[in-house]
Amino acid sequence: MSENQLNAGPLEYRTHEGQMNITGFWIFLAAEIALFATLFATYAVLFGRTADAPSPGELFQPGIVLVMTFLLLTSSFTCGVAIHNMREGTVKGLITWLIITIVLGLAFLGFEIYEFVHYSHEGATMQSSSYWSAFYVLAGTHGVHVTLGIGWVILLLIQLKQRGLTAVTSNKVFIVSLYWHFLDVIWIFIFTSVYLIGMVV
Amino acid sequence: MQLDEFFVTGEPLIYGGMVAIALVTSAILFILTYFKKWGWLWREWLTTVDHKKIGIMYILSALAMLFRGGADALMMRTQLAFPNMQFLNAQHYDEIFTTHGTVMIIFMAMPFLIGLMNIIVPLQIGARDFAFPFVNALSFWSFFFGAMLFNISFVIGGAPDAGWTSYTPLAGAAMSPGPGQNFYLMGLQLSGIGTLATGINLMVTILKMRAPGMTLFKMPIFTWSTFITSFIIVFAFPILTVALALMTIDRIFGSQFFTLTGEGMPMMWANLFWMWGHPEVYIVILPAFGIFSEVIATFARKRLFGYNAMVWSIILIAGLSFLVWVHHFFTMGAGAFVNSVFSITTMLIAVPTGVKIFNWLATLYKSRIVLTVPMLWSLAFIPSFVIGGVTGVMLGMAATDYQYHNTYFLVSHFHYVLIPGTVFACFAGLVYWYPKMFGHKLNERIGKWSFWLFLIGFHVCFFPQYFLGLDGMARRIFTITPEWFTLNFISTMGAFMMGLAFAIFVYCIYYSYRYSEREISGDAWGYGRTLEWATPTPIPAYNFATVPQVNTHDAFLEMKEKGKTTFDEENLEPIHMPNNTGKPFIMMGILFFASFFLVFEWITLAVIGLIGGLVMMIIRSFDYDDGHHIEVDEIKRTERAARGL
Ligand code: HEM
Ligand SMILES: [Cu+2]
Repeated sequence: MSENQLNAGPLEYRTHEGQMNITGFWIFLAAEIALFATLFATYAVLFGRTADAPSPGELFQPGIVLVMTFLLLTSSFTCGVAIHNMREGTVKGLITWLIITIVLGLAFLGFEIYEFVHYSHEGATMQSSSYWSAFYVLAGTHGVHVTLGIGWVILLLIQLKQRGLTAVTSNKVFIVSLYWHFLDVIWIFIFTSVYLIGMVV
Repeated sequence: MQLDEFFVTGEPLIYGGMVAIALVTSAILFILTYFKKWGWLWREWLTTVDHKKIGIMYILSALAMLFRGGADALMMRTQLAFPNMQFLNAQHYDEIFTTHGTVMIIFMAMPFLIGLMNIIVPLQIGARDFAFPFVNALSFWSFFFGAMLFNISFVIGGAPDAGWTSYTPLAGAAMSPGPGQNFYLMGLQLSGIGTLATGINLMVTILKMRAPGMTLFKMPIFTWSTFITSFIIVFAFPILTVALALMTIDRIFGSQFFTLTGEGMPMMWANLFWMWGHPEVYIVILPAFGIFSEVIATFARKRLFGYNAMVWSIILIAGLSFLVWVHHFFTMGAGAFVNSVFSITTMLIAVPTGVKIFNWLATLYKSRIVLTVPMLWSLAFIPSFVIGGVTGVMLGMAATDYQYHNTYFLVSHFHYVLIPGTVFACFAGLVYWYPKMFGHKLNERIGKWSFWLFLIGFHVCFFPQYFLGLDGMARRIFTITPEWFTLNFISTMGAFMMGLAFAIFVYCIYYSYRYSEREISGDAWGYGRTLEWATPTPIPAYNFATVPQVNTHDAFLEMKEKGKTTFDEENLEPIHMPNNTGKPFIMMGILFFASFFLVFEWITLAVIGLIGGLVMMIIRSFDYDDGHHIEVDEIKRTERAARGL
């Protein structure tokens, strides 16, 4: 806890408590991997079971998905820049880059919502077949994670304004950045195994 | 919705249940008010973040759940005692075997073990609390409210009736409409959050908070088994989370995962369920192995034989536990190749398990055994569990499983592993560590009565069931035919013996509270080997005034030899401790209501509840409470008083 502060090393690692938070969060991410792996497995098993609904090949649009991928990958990069600023001790840079990150995240979400609405107008809803159920739940779970991530960053932005960079706030920001990168990795798997494969099969 | 749709009506037994609930609740409310204990309840228990108190709350709740599950069991056994009994009708019987199985596994076995881990693991590794005390409280309340949600189903809305395995399409909206199955889904989901959080919490605690010098391979074996169990939790529980969520979405929002329409796949549920379910059975058995290892080493007064082999076999079992799930549905038709693969992985598990059995025997060999009650439970475990394991291997052979599957042979098998394994371990652990928790031992004479009655009752109850299974009695049937009468009747007698034994056990708790000698030495049994026995009794809030340096696997044994204690007056420093907080209780209380609304598919209310939960998380995010310090003077006073200096 707050005693036994170290004086060297990155700020977010300086308290024993901070170190434990980071370890705990890594383990939490392992659990998240198990969660998404289950969703991917379900999706793979139900692949092709579209019943009377359109097939993914008819609906998926490479353009939109590429833009979404670009947005999210960039946001991961800007998030990295934010952490770099944090290590340098510039709160202003940190806040600016975090804001850019969540704006990119919001744009990603906007496209995803548009995409979902579009597909359901074309007759592919979560209720229409087991394949589409799996699609919406897998992509949707990722989307909900992104939404929560954005909310979380906003809370931390307020706390950075209130308290500046401390061992505690920097620890929190570092952890949210791990979360953000993780969502990016999951998206890459969704992009390849859902969209790319869905478009060609 | 009409009021008589909301409350379950028309069943005399359930009316009885309602009256009992009303009476007990008003008695508790009356006592708390009359003795002005509300403030005490809030300050000391509902807001606590102390791992010892949270552990005690876990164990108390688990004992209550054992009572509930046991009452279910006795009702089922009564119905099956005679041919064509009219005690329970088919529907009611279905509900009872469903709640019995679910309650016993999710709300009895796991919380009981987690309760013991809560109290003992930090003590064994020389830590002052969990890595995340706040999260620990959150976990407890998530379990508690999940259990409450599941348990009220039989008076409000109707109990689930598709079995604790809830196979689809039976459990889907088309064939099980109404709130019953939703209670199952939401009750498990709510408590599952807490289990996952506990897994993470324990892992970080064990990785990061061990006493100086305690390398991984110097950890006590119970801590090791907890550590590996946490791994299983972290990788298995997300699968359950997803499975439950998918079924919930199917039932409430009309998706088609497990349905017969829309090219859904009902068998997918069985796969997901057992991908979690089989690791789950190891979640409840590995800590039990840990407890037996501690008790046997202590009362054989000998170092545990083959410590390294024990650790590696736990690791191996944990790994294999993820690779065997198909053995629960060999008859589903996956084909000879798939069945053979899973047959082999299943039988492989017997190897590391066998290693452990021989290690326990070798620990006992040529030792000077002290026959205390915890030791009796542990000794009885070995042969009884072997019967369960051997019949498990029989079930694991895919070809023969076509004969045994879904018969009482299976029912007998899993009770032979769960009861001598998990339940005996819970009793052994509770009796063994009882003096640490409550400052006095349980009466040995009464304890032995309850042990012998339970052990004999157990074998009388379940051994005949193997033969009933071989005679073709299917599981989950609600009446028997005359040719199965004799063995069923014997089995029911055994069940009531266990019920009586449990009552004696509870009486023993009361009797010992009144009459047992108060315990002050800390090392209550006199043979303690590991650090939990190094603390004074009652354990101070901070556990260790000074954390000892650990050099060997039996750390406390070494301290005793060298005359060291955990009170090194020269080297005291102020100790930092977390503050109590009501947030975990409130947050989970709100989520309880959100889940309850979702059970009845009142979506607007459920969303409001969920937002309430999010608001609590936001409040928590802005909470910079940094805890408090216990000053050196106070530590000195506490330790001196406790040690009689
Ligand atoms: C007093 C002791 C017990 C008795 C007499 C008892 C009896 C029974 C009976 C009669 C059934 C239903 C068989 C059927 O018709 O399918 C059953 C099922 C079950 N029991 Fe027990 N039981 C006891 C303790 C336990 C314990 C301690 C556990 C877990 C730790 C447990 C776990 C289960 C499970 C998982 C099922 C399967 C439920 C299902 O098929 O859905 N039981 N038990
Ligand atoms: Cu299994």
